Amino acid sequence: MTQTLEAAPQTQAATDSACFARFRNVQKSYDGVELVVKDFNLDVRQGEFVTLLGPSGSGKTTCLMMMAGFETPTHGEILLKDEPINGLPPHKRGIGMVFQNYALFPHMTVAENLAFPLEVRHLSKAEIKQKVQRALSMVRLEEFGDRRPAQLSGGQQQRVALARALVFEPELVLMDEPLGALDKNLREEMQYEIKRIHAELGVTMIYVTHDQTEALTMSDRIAVFNDGVVQQLASPDTLYEQPENAFVAYFIGENNRLRGEVTELSGERCKVRLDSGETVFAKPVAVAEAGARTTLSLRPERVSLVREGSHDFENRFPAKVQEVIYLGDHLRTRLAVCGNDEFIIKTPNADGHTVLRPGETVEIGWSSADCRALDA
Amino acid sequence: MSESPTAPLKTADGVSLKTSLRRAVRRSKLKALLLVSPLLAFLLIAFLMPLFDMLWRSVDNPEVSTALPQTSQALADWDGASLPDEPVFAALAADLEAGAEARNLGLVSSRLNYEKSGMRSAIMGTARRVDTLEAPYKTALIDINDDWGELATWRVIKRESSPYTLSYYLAAVDRQYSPDGEIVAVPDYMQVYVTLFWRTFWMSAVIMVMTLVLGYPVAFLLANLPLRHSNLLMILVLLPFWTSLLVRTTTWIAILQSQGVLNDMMVALGIIADEARWQMIHNKLGTIVAMTHILLPFMILPLYSVMKTIPPSYMHAARSLGGKPFLCFRRVYFPLTIPGIAAGGILVFILSIGYYITPALVGGQSGRFITNYIAYHMQTSLNWGLAAAIASILLFVVVVCYLVFNRLIGVDKVKLG
Repeated sequence: MTQTLEAAPQTQAATDSACFARFRNVQKSYDGVELVVKDFNLDVRQGEFVTLLGPSGSGKTTCLMMMAGFETPTHGEILLKDEPINGLPPHKRGIGMVFQNYALFPHMTVAENLAFPLEVRHLSKAEIKQKVQRALSMVRLEEFGDRRPAQLSGGQQQRVALARALVFEPELVLMDEPLGALDKNLREEMQYEIKRIHAELGVTMIYVTHDQTEALTMSDRIAVFNDGVVQQLASPDTLYEQPENAFVAYFIGENNRLRGEVTELSGERCKVRLDSGETVFAKPVAVAEAGARTTLSLRPERVSLVREGSHDFENRFPAKVQEVIYLGDHLRTRLAVCGNDEFIIKTPNADGHTVLRPGETVEIGWSSADCRALDA
Repeated sequence: MSESPTAPLKTADGVSLKTSLRRAVRRSKLKALLLVSPLLAFLLIAFLMPLFDMLWRSVDNPEVSTALPQTSQALADWDGASLPDEPVFAALAADLEAGAEARNLGLVSSRLNYEKSGMRSAIMGTARRVDTLEAPYKTALIDINDDWGELATWRVIKRESSPYTLSYYLAAVDRQYSPDGEIVAVPDYMQVYVTLFWRTFWMSAVIMVMTLVLGYPVAFLLANLPLRHSNLLMILVLLPFWTSLLVRTTTWIAILQSQGVLNDMMVALGIIADEARWQMIHNKLGTIVAMTHILLPFMILPLYSVMKTIPPSYMHAARSLGGKPFLCFRRVYFPLTIPGIAAGGILVFILSIGYYITPALVGGQSGRFITNYIAYHMQTSLNWGLAAAIASILLFVVVVCYLVFNRLIGVDKVKLG
């Protein structure tokens, strides 16, 4: 498995001095037997929005909790503005945090919730009032100061939680799956809301989610976690278009997988013999030599139906239509290709598109550049 | 919409929706009732009926009106200003004669003796010689016993000839009727119950506070430790809960008595002299220690059930917002546990004021509760009316506590685990 710990090329411009928060060789074990986080390295620049993305149990929340101070790293260092903060208790770190279930204090009103971080900092009453009001208007809840959290909808509670994490003007805000409990529409709305606030305040944010769409829409950079290891750290478009290993390709976006063995390897192109016998031309990404096992990754939208006189693809195969799902703006078709009957293609619902029917056989094709040969 | 929104909804066949809903659920209601009916019947016979019987006894006053019916009637028009006239004495003589024959003057004589000492001998003595009585009865009766010549005697009889009385309740709060019929405190040396009530209440309050102080950290651990450890701890909490009350109480006697484990240890360690062993049992201390131990689970379990519902993220949030650990506890965690504190507190307090066995065994003379006197009047003095009155006052206090609690916190918060 490839461990991609350095930042992707286009983000490497950052100099060390601009680095705001940093994990350095961090390891964490709860039981002394298994490592939940294995050698985690991350540099977050001032004002950046970094997402830790991964399936549950991959160690991403543990990393966030170590940054917040609720968990101690078993090994390694966590730095905030170049100061190691390993031994610093959470209340002295000055990091804002938004929790998955909001964690609004149910016995306090919204305004009291927002005033809490200011009161513990001994601000004057007038100042508190003014800051609370400003925070409420930032999340557009000016009228709700006197309500209890229980009297608010999920989305409103989420906005209050956000305002509370920001009201004491922390330079770093951590978010632990903050939108997990919201329904789809509200979640999208809140994604834009958080992005807007991030842009407005210029605050640095570390965001944890298992929802790849959320990560792709919001982040400057995404660290994809699996099994306690960062699989790839890159900007959303790099991550989607140039996944560096099979896990990232599988986890980000939809992806067709074909397994086989590399038979020829030459620079930008390699030849792969699939387990079902066909030969495919692909772009070598994570294959070392001829003879290695590989998983080919192919995005559904990069596969086309081959029509008479159309562009000639390097890879052309007959496919049997298994199922057609109508999704309004596009059609999702499941095909049986090269022994894989979970092969998905997406065709835009454009004027004059070919109508496919289950059972019929068509020819599909893709270019070798879109077909990435990754680790097995 | 042609129908106005206020018109009652109807189903397709024109029956009102409410009626047809009632019909639809009637069957399941009947079934439910049938299922609980054995328990209801049991409760009615074994609990509710005796309860109301006891409550009734605290005001019931049949003795005078049934044993001395003619006298009661004759006294009805008496103004109480001076000794009654001849007809009343004649009625008394007739009642006593009938009573002596039927041998049923015992109850009325002891009943009147509660109110005015000497009444038993007056009634029983007169009844023995009732055959010799001749008109005029007034002088004849006064000759037999001087009490018949006292205004107070007749006032007592008139007062107690009513079928209901408050005198048990007055006795339960160390009050009585003066000879003039006014409510006055009983003499100092006879005052028992008010002191006992207060002792019961303040000692119960102390026990409640002790269980809270000891139980709060345990409940916190129970709710926050990893499952493996918290299960073990839960068993440790529940084990004494499942052990016989008598075993636990007598164990405390073995530990705390002057030749007991604790004193022996302290003597052996040289902390106290052998002659100066501490008296830790058969007094208030003994009652408080033993009852705190016995009632501890009733505090821990409601606290635990509330704490379990407080996610750790509240404290995390408070800490990340900049609160020091104790401040976070005080401002965030503690207020959220108040329902548990109130539930455990009310449970321990109510159980405590009604506790009987433990104070009886380890309380000695000074650590007894009011309940021990209820038992005394039920079993020894046989003054059931007074026992019922004391018990009713206790019941009243419990109901008031419950209502206040329900109003402030909500009784649904009382959960054992």
